[in-house]
Amino acid sequence: MEQGIWNLNTLWFTLIAVLWVGYFFLEGFDFGVGILLPFVSKDDVDRRVVINSIGPVWDGNEVWLLVAGGATFAAFPEWYATLFSGFYLPLFLILVALIIRGVAFEYRSKDARPGWRNRWDWVIFIGSLVPALLWGVAFANIVRGVPIDAAHEYAGGFWNLLNPYALIGGLASLALFTLHGALFLSLKTRGDVEERARGVARNLGWVALVLMLAFLLWTYAAHASGEVVPGVVPIVVLALMGTVPWLVGKKLVGWAFLFTGLTIVLTVANMFTALYPNVMPSSLDAANSLTVFNASASHMTLKVMTIVAIIFTPIVLLYQGWTYWVFRKRIGREDLAAQSH
Amino acid sequence: MGALTLARWQFGITTVYHFFFVPVTIGMALLVAVLETAYVRTKKPVYLRMTKFWGKLFLINFALGVVTGIVQEFQFGMNWSSYSRFVGDIFGAPLAIEGLLAFFLESTFLGLWIFGWEKLSPRLHAATMWLVSIGTILSAFWILLANAWMQNPVGFEYNAEAGRAELTSFLELVSNKALWVEFPHVIFSALATAAALILGVAAWHLLRSNEKEFFSLSAKFGAVALLVGSLGVAFSGHLQGQVMVEVQPMKMAAAEALWQNEQPAGFSLFAIGDVQNSRNSFNVTIPKALSLLAYNNLTSEVKGMADIQAQEEATYGAGNYIPNVFIAYWSFRLMIGFGFLMIAIALWALVRTRNMESRRFLKLALWGISLPFLANSLGWIFTEIGRQPWAVNGVLKTADGVSPTVSSGLVWTSMIGFTVIYGVLAAIEVYLMMKYAKAGPDEADGSGPSLAY
Repeated sequence: MEQGIWNLNTLWFTLIAVLWVGYFFLEGFDFGVGILLPFVSKDDVDRRVVINSIGPVWDGNEVWLLVAGGATFAAFPEWYATLFSGFYLPLFLILVALIIRGVAFEYRSKDARPGWRNRWDWVIFIGSLVPALLWGVAFANIVRGVPIDAAHEYAGGFWNLLNPYALIGGLASLALFTLHGALFLSLKTRGDVEERARGVARNLGWVALVLMLAFLLWTYAAHASGEVVPGVVPIVVLALMGTVPWLVGKKLVGWAFLFTGLTIVLTVANMFTALYPNVMPSSLDAANSLTVFNASASHMTLKVMTIVAIIFTPIVLLYQGWTYWVFRKRIGREDLAAQSH
Repeated sequence: MGALTLARWQFGITTVYHFFFVPVTIGMALLVAVLETAYVRTKKPVYLRMTKFWGKLFLINFALGVVTGIVQEFQFGMNWSSYSRFVGDIFGAPLAIEGLLAFFLESTFLGLWIFGWEKLSPRLHAATMWLVSIGTILSAFWILLANAWMQNPVGFEYNAEAGRAELTSFLELVSNKALWVEFPHVIFSALATAAALILGVAAWHLLRSNEKEFFSLSAKFGAVALLVGSLGVAFSGHLQGQVMVEVQPMKMAAAEALWQNEQPAGFSLFAIGDVQNSRNSFNVTIPKALSLLAYNNLTSEVKGMADIQAQEEATYGAGNYIPNVFIAYWSFRLMIGFGFLMIAIALWALVRTRNMESRRFLKLALWGISLPFLANSLGWIFTEIGRQPWAVNGVLKTADGVSPTVSSGLVWTSMIGFTVIYGVLAAIEVYLMMKYAKAGPDEADGSGPSLAY
């Protein structure tokens, strides 16, 4: 087997890490916006301001997940098979949440009755909250290690996934995404919604800091057993998080959003480096762990996938970036008030 | 029921359901792009109204196509982990490429289309719908590449040490002959589906004399697209049958309830099977027609199930290699029958120009909406059931693909969950589609970002 860092296996491990980083950075804030929907709006116009702030982009953000899933299937079939058959129930719940949430965005505005809209608002809230929590639980479990037998099959049950470390991970991701979303909202809206979102961000900043502190210390102390030492990354993360409430107080919201974004990037990167060269460590026997080498596709497949990724990833980044540029303006009540529906 | 049976039911339910929405998405994106281009070229307001009206129905449908597609992406890992391990080296790549090339394109540019009416120039705005359309067609291409490989596995070898199939030639995957008949078949059927929807909804309004100019133009537009789509489906389906008889003779024999070899072979119109005794107790056939369909002549032999069963037993060992003949036979027949009815409706609409005033025709066109949905579902049920017992033809049996660690209780949980949610969402979607279809173009008209949330 090939070893070392300079091989296609490690490249694809890195690319999949990048896809998850992109997914959590982008959908992180639109989960947060969905979670905050009931709390930062007083009437239907407010709620439409909130939803329209992510309207043009949430679907594109979600594609990062689908590509991460597809890339895992293609580059590491064993990882894909073990992870999704093993984490069956949490994944089922996440899928249900993403289904009802996506439909809610499209269908909410298609009927003006308050009862109709109110129900979809709760669907958006729950559909955003469940994945924001469960992705943290799932990733913490991957880092912690789960029972995997010699045949690379998941040998645990549902309750193995609910342990204190994973729950802290879930709460940390929930708080971090909600904060990220609050900052996004106060950057992309005007007026009352902007004010309220900033207020939420100031208070939530401390909660997120404490949870991230707990999660990172625990990760560092107990589970950073891979080949790559995370070094100062957790310290940088905590420093970034510590300044967020202060930045929000000074109305430097753009910087605060950048910092929560960097926190997400560094934390996810930190989890992946802590794993490497494993992709799913086994808690039963280190010899059963899935690694970038024993879980990977053939060299031929990795080569084909690399060529495709090199050609098309820059194009995707360009046009997705362009969308954010087109919709760069803030949204306020007056943009929507003129319309009846 | 065991986990295997449940996982198969779940795959069947979620996939057929997903494919109610997908063809509408593919076909409508193309037709809305055509309409918006007509508006940009001619500046006639009616084309803008058509773009917005049919575009709104497109959007209501699009949402369910997208969210039910997420389940498809992860279901292989959840319920079919052994399958995923075995085929991932080949099967995963098209799924990943589909995401990178198609999903990003359609989701990003649809966001621009919905919210960009005031921010983009008319030409650029129309271009975003063309990119959505290209995205949906690319998506179909890559997922069908994966499916075509299951029908006709090429470009791989079995690695005994790793216990899995491994890619040897990506070019062979892309040039798989099963793909190049399956892909046009699906794209034309998508066009026919969207067209039948447009024609049927327009007919509903014409029956009530609403907006005659708008809806008779829409009906004609729908009828032309329906003719192109349904004729394309028939021709590509014919080619597909010829590939099928070559690479999956068992499926063709089951589709024809052909138990013994025949030379020349007749095309069965109506048969009552006697599966236990491997024969038909009753059969009406068109003499020589199957030889003509399969080989373009009146003399060739077509293999029967008994012969192929003996061959497969010799190759793969003892076992039953005959799929469910009743389902294969009737789904195939009904699919073709519904397809020909679509051609008939399109021809009738176009040959007699006064048809858009004939109440009989308009009522028929309204019912015609159901035809492509039935034919699409039956087509997939046929091609997937007809491949059984194989998941990957001649390579991996369906029974060997299921997740060994997932209990039937877990599959029950997800199956009930998805089915209930899908049922509720179907009711809501039908409600919204009917509401906006009946409301007519004024409701969907308006200026500015009226399509925003």
